[in-house]
This record gives sequence, C-alpha cells and structure tokens, in this order.
Amino acid sequence: MVDVPSDATVPLSTAEVEDVELYHPRSWVTKYVFSQDAKIIAIQYSLTALAIGLVALVLSWLMRLQLGFPGLVSFIDPERYYQLITMHGMIMVIYLLTALFLGGFGNYLIPLMLGARDMVFPYVNMLSYWIYLLAVLVLVAGFFVPGGTTGAGWTLYPPQAILANTPGQPWGIIVMLVSLILFIIGFTMGGLNYVVTVLQGRTRGMTLMRMPLTIWGIFTATVMALLAFPALFVAAVMMLLDRLIGTSFFMPSIVALGEQLPYRGGSPILFQHLFWFFGHPEVYIVALPAFGIVSDLISTHARKNIFGYRMMVWALVAIGALSFVVWAHHMYVSGMHPSFGFFFATTTLIIAIPTAIKVYNWVLTLWRGDIHFTLPMLFALGFIVTFVNGGLTGLFLGNVVVDVPLSDTMFVVAHFHMVMGVAPILVIFGAIYHWYPKVTGRMLDTTLGKLHFWITFLGAYLIFFPMHYIGLMGVPRRYHEIGDMAFVPASTATLNGFITVVALIVGAAQLIFVFNLAWSLRRGQPAGGNPWRATTLEWQTPETPPAHGNWGKTLPVVYRWAYDYSVPGAAEDFLPQNQPPDPATA
Amino acid sequence: MGVAVVLALVVIGSVTFHLLSPWWWTPIASNWHYIDNTIIITFWITGAVFAAVVLFMAYCLFRFRHREGHRAAYEPENKRLEWWLAIGTGIGVAAMLAPGLVVWKQFVTVPADAATVEIVGQQWQWSFRLPGADGQLGATDVTLVSPENPLGLDPKDARGQDDIIIQGDQLHLLLDKPVKVLLRSLDVVHDFYVPEFRAKMDMIPGNVTYYWFTPTRTGTFEALCAELCSTGHTFMRGGVVVEPESEYRAWLQQQKTFAQLTAAARDQARN
Repeated sequence: MVDVPSDATVPLSTAEVEDVELYHPRSWVTKYVFSQDAKIIAIQYSLTALAIGLVALVLSWLMRLQLGFPGLVSFIDPERYYQLITMHGMIMVIYLLTALFLGGFGNYLIPLMLGARDMVFPYVNMLSYWIYLLAVLVLVAGFFVPGGTTGAGWTLYPPQAILANTPGQPWGIIVMLVSLILFIIGFTMGGLNYVVTVLQGRTRGMTLMRMPLTIWGIFTATVMALLAFPALFVAAVMMLLDRLIGTSFFMPSIVALGEQLPYRGGSPILFQHLFWFFGHPEVYIVALPAFGIVSDLISTHARKNIFGYRMMVWALVAIGALSFVVWAHHMYVSGMHPSFGFFFATTTLIIAIPTAIKVYNWVLTLWRGDIHFTLPMLFALGFIVTFVNGGLTGLFLGNVVVDVPLSDTMFVVAHFHMVMGVAPILVIFGAIYHWYPKVTGRMLDTTLGKLHFWITFLGAYLIFFPMHYIGLMGVPRRYHEIGDMAFVPASTATLNGFITVVALIVGAAQLIFVFNLAWSLRRGQPAGGNPWRATTLEWQTPETPPAHGNWGKTLPVVYRWAYDYSVPGAAEDFLPQNQPPDPATA
Repeated sequence: MGVAVVLALVVIGSVTFHLLSPWWWTPIASNWHYIDNTIIITFWITGAVFAAVVLFMAYCLFRFRHREGHRAAYEPENKRLEWWLAIGTGIGVAAMLAPGLVVWKQFVTVPADAATVEIVGQQWQWSFRLPGADGQLGATDVTLVSPENPLGLDPKDARGQDDIIIQGDQLHLLLDKPVKVLLRSLDVVHDFYVPEFRAKMDMIPGNVTYYWFTPTRTGTFEALCAELCSTGHTFMRGGVVVEPESEYRAWLQQQKTFAQLTAAARDQARN
C-alpha cells in the first residue's frame, strides 16, 4: 500500500467560523417556490432543465425524420429544419447540460458533500434559479413570436445570424440573444455561490484534497464557466446592437441578395473567436462535472477507492486550464491566420493526455474491484465507452490537417454528440439513479432502469457510430437533405433511415425514465439513509431526504478522504468520511 | 457478466463495421493523399486504444464482478503505472500530431508556380474569376457590387479589365497544375468544398482566404457549400472540371473578360 492520501492522522483544526443561522421559511411559498434552500433550488433547476430537454428531444425527432425520410413530413421545409437544429443545439448545450450539472447537481451536492448547511449566499442562489427560468421562458417565447425561433445554427455566426433572409426573422435572433444574456446573468449568481461555498463553506476536516471528485469537477467547471461565459455575453450584446441599432461590430460591407447593406468594417471572425473562447471551455464545463460524478459512481459501486485520486484532481485542473487555449480548433477552416493551426493543434492534442489519464484511472478502479452492476454503475460504464469513442474521434478533428476534410461534415456531428451529448447524458442518468434515493427517500425501479439503460446506451451508439462514416464520405452537416450528391451511394439513404428509426426508439425510451421518476416517488422501495453504503457526507445526513440545514444540531466532522472502500482490516467495506479513525488501526 | 459480453460485442461490431462499411471517403483527386495517410494512422492508433480500453474493461467486469465474500483490493495510487501510461499516451499523441503538423505546413505553403483562381460565394451560387493575360487579378470592393458588376471589381484598376469572369457555370482547372484558390464572399460565410480534393476553407465577407491543391485526376467533381448559409445552403452546388491542357485552353477561349462583360451590359442598358 503506497502513500495513502487519506491522511487520517492529521490533527483536526478548530472551527474558524461559527455555525450561522439560516433563513427559515415561514410559508409554503417561501419553502417550496421562492425557496432559499439549495436542495429545493437544485430540484427546481433539474426539473426545468429536464423539461426543456424534452423539448429538445422532440426537436431532434423532427430533424431526424427529415434526414431519414426526406419530405415525409412536409411541415419541415429548410427554414423550419434550421430552426429545429438551432434550438436543439442551444437547448442541449446551455439550457439542459450546463444548467443541470451546475445548477442542479451543483446546488444539491456542494453543501451536502462538503458538510455545509447551505450555499453561502442563499438569496442570490434563489435569484439565480428565477433568472434561469426567465431565460428559459424567453427562449420558449421564440417559438411563438412572428417568424419563430432563429435558424442561424447554434453557433449564431454573423453575418448570417442577423440578416433578413435567415429563418426566424425578425424576432428569433433577438429573443435568442436576450435569453442567452439572461442565462449568463443567472448563471453568474449561482456560479459565484458554488465557488465561494467550495472555498469557504467546507466543514471541519474537509480539506480540498479530501473533497469527492464530484465536487472537484463541479468546482473546476464553475470557475471555467465564470471565465468563459463573459465572452459569450459581450458577443451577444454586440450582436444585439448590430441587429437593433445597426452598429458594425461583426458586420463588414455586404450585399445581401442584391442589396447593399449599410454595415462597414466589422469582423465576422471576431465573433467566432469570442464564441469559441466561450464555446470550447463550455464543452469541458459540461464534461468536468460528468468526469467528477462518474468517478464517484464507479468507486462507490465497485466498492474500491478511486485509483490515483491526486492525479485525477490535477487532471481535472489541467484540463480546465488547457481548455482555455484550444478554442480556435473549432476554426481551423475559418480563414484565420494559418499559423494558428500549429499552436492550436498542439494544445488540443496535449489535452488528450490528462483526459486519457482519467479514463485509465476509471478503468483501473474497476481492476480488482468488487463490481456491483447497479444502475449507476451501468450508466457509468456506458459513459466510459461513449466517452472513449467520442474522445478518440476528437484526435482526428483536433489534428489540424485531418480536420480539413472532416470539418463541417457529419463526422463532426457524430463526434460531438458522442462525446458531449451521449456521454454526459449517460452520467446525468447514472447520477439521478444514484442520488434519487437521497432526494426522495425512495429507490428508482431497477427493471425499468435497466430497460432504459440498454435502449439508451446501445441505441445512442447505433445512431452516432455509423454517422461518422457518412461524414467521412464528405456529406456536410446542416444539410436538410442529402438530395442528389454525385459521390454518395444510394445505400446511404437506408443508413439514414435506420439511424432515424433508432433515434425515435431511443427518444421514446426516455419516457420510461420520466415514468420511473414519477412512479417511484410514491411507490419506489424505501431507500433508507445510505442505500449504496457510500462514504461521502451526503449519505450520512440525520434525515433522508435531508431537512433544511442538512445536519441537525451539529455539523459533521471529516476525518478521511472520500474513498475509504474495502479498507483492509475494517469491518465494513466502507468507512464514511465522518467516521473517526479507529485508534487500533490509525 | 452480460455487460462484459455486450461491451466486447460493441468492440467487435465497431471494428467489423469499419472494415465492411460501404461508406468510405471518395477516391482522391488531388495531391492531398498525405491527409488521407494521416487519417489512416489516426484510425489505427485510436482504434487500437478504443479496443484495448473497452476490452480491458470488459475483462475487469467479468473477472471482478461481485460475488459473495469477495472484497475489493485497496490501492489508492500506483505512481509508476500512472506515469508509464501518461508517457505512453504522450508518445501515441505525438505519433499523430507530428505527421499532422508536417502536412499542415505543406497545406499552408503555396508553391511558387501555382496558378490563381478566385471563387466568390454569395447566397446561393458560386462565381469564379481567373486572371487574364496579365496574370493578375484586379482589385475588388463589395460596395462596388451591382447587377452590371456582380463581383465588385474596381473599374479603375487596369489589372482587372482582362480578368475572366464565370457565372452560373462550372470552374475548369488544369490537370496536375497547382492552383491557389482565393476565396471571397459577398454576404455570409460560405465554404467551397469538393470532397475529392480534401481541401476546404471558409470564405468570410470582408476577407480573402485561400487554400491550394493540385488536381490529379480528370473528371467533373461536385462542389458543395460546407458552411451554413441559410435556407439555400443544401442546394448551393457547383462543379469543377479537371482537364488536360488542350481542352482547358479551348474552354478558356470561350470565356468573357470583365471589360467585355461591362461593355455588353452597357450596350444592353443603352438599347
């Protein structure tokens, strides 16, 4: 046994800060609606994100119908098709994944896993959710304004995004930008909370290097988001000004369909830099919480400490830092200075090293484990397969010259869906199956869960794996039908039809999950306080679901790291973080 | 147990699909077979890593599945193993990056003897401009674009008078002659993309971008737009004909210069 990082013998510091009095709600409304309890806010964030996510799912069904069976639904003309893909992408990346990982899991788990009573700024935390909800409502309003939602693609590249012949004019793009601005304001309020709570709100004994990797992932991602979202914020404000009062931040002189427009001297490529300065870290803002959570799921359900904890922490931090110097790999064929390619290809491929280390350590955690095939474990395994697959195709696209033929093809669509669509979503499902018992006090149904897992995992793989090969042929993305392309064999239509059928089935399987969530709320098996026999603090609360203030009269004290599973000599195969060291074995 | 089998089947299925797939890249028609080679190297390395990781995982799931009385090992770290894996990964990454950067250097270094062609994108059509007898393209400005001057050439620039302008037709290129493609857009971002040439680059309004290649196979190739440009994006097609010298010259003879087109437009306006 080498150098155990649990350092259980370090003497405990005294409390630096007195336990604070919480805001106590007096009515049903302040308890469950305008709540300042991070756990309620977490549930509000999660349900809102899942609801808007279902909208994005329906949009993906429609676009897949068009791609698999062109013309079958006459409603989907090119204009509507572009509206569908734009809203699908924007909802999934920002309003579902970012909001659910940080606003949902962040709010629920940060105070509980760190032994805090709540976030440090509960009122601002509440505002964060309500502004997020407003952002979602403004986004949804886009479906009902004249012209409908914008169809500029989720990347919103100017000049296209604000021109009159782009789908969703005149209102779509305005509504979209306003919604994004609101989202960023709301997120910043929550994000500051998460960061300050991690830094200042930990209970006694919870050193940074004893934090569960879930918290490390959420913490690193939040710091990144606080640095990255401002770039999107300024880009959105400038584009709004270009659209509304005719400034020329991103608009050069152009002739749109024969008409000279009054714009002069703006730079479309500047927008792309701002967008991807946000957009690439955004990929990791979604991925890092998933990395953290999946580490804890694997460790808990394999009854084994996470392998290489310290390396895992540094890998998270290294990925977070590197992700700020790789953004222009989205722009290899944008026409930026070609020499940038050398720099960004190198940084991009370097980021593969800490990422690969994480994968090795997950797999090595399974090695000599005691693997229980619970639902969270199944989803974690599904995540590793899809993430490795999607991560490896990233090595094609990150390697500048290989990206040249593949860029803007269906290969890219397959890659990013595998790596930042399917993979993090499998983690979200695994995490929900894992923590639902803590949130509700009841287990989700296992049979339904297994059905949900197998259809989702295998189905998603069948959708996106073959799609790479359509892109390799050269079929561009964002085509509302392949149509008559000289180099595309007829069998491609069959493949596209197959993908669509699988997509419809996988989409429908999500209803099993929704049903399970609702049904188990009352009918699920009672879970008890710690059904997975896990070490981390959220499972050691005096009540389940945890009450307001989380810990009853006294805060827990932490004596060990989060991964004391199957410790030799211990009676149980797990030692909770708040269990004092046994004088006999210490 | 069942999970281990399924994961192994995922690997076997993926490899089988890869080997048997009728969907594969188009036969190459340019000098960029270096790019294809780098893709092949990348397929081998990443494919091996994918198979190794997932099969190892499947083995662990089978071997270390929960059984009564079984208990996991306790091993927080193994520095040596972690460093060896990191170094091994670094070598694999370098093996992909190094050839990639070498080829990128070639991709962005235009040979001195390359011919010049300009491609102009606008919603939703391609136009082409070739330098005339003087071998130079004249200056342009988007603000000069009008029905008589669709590509916005500067009428005061003498170099532009003999420029050959092709609208609503295919671009012809000379076989085995390196060509530098200058890219210009009048409205939104487009991308002139011929899959067989492997090369592509966005055209950005307000900028002139470029790429180069050498056509190595005669024939007619379909050009697509690879950057979303609103509702006509899917239908923004064009064509490139690659042909030997004699046929190319014959085609070039029939094309009109900017001066000829301007004069014709003026005549039409007068009548």
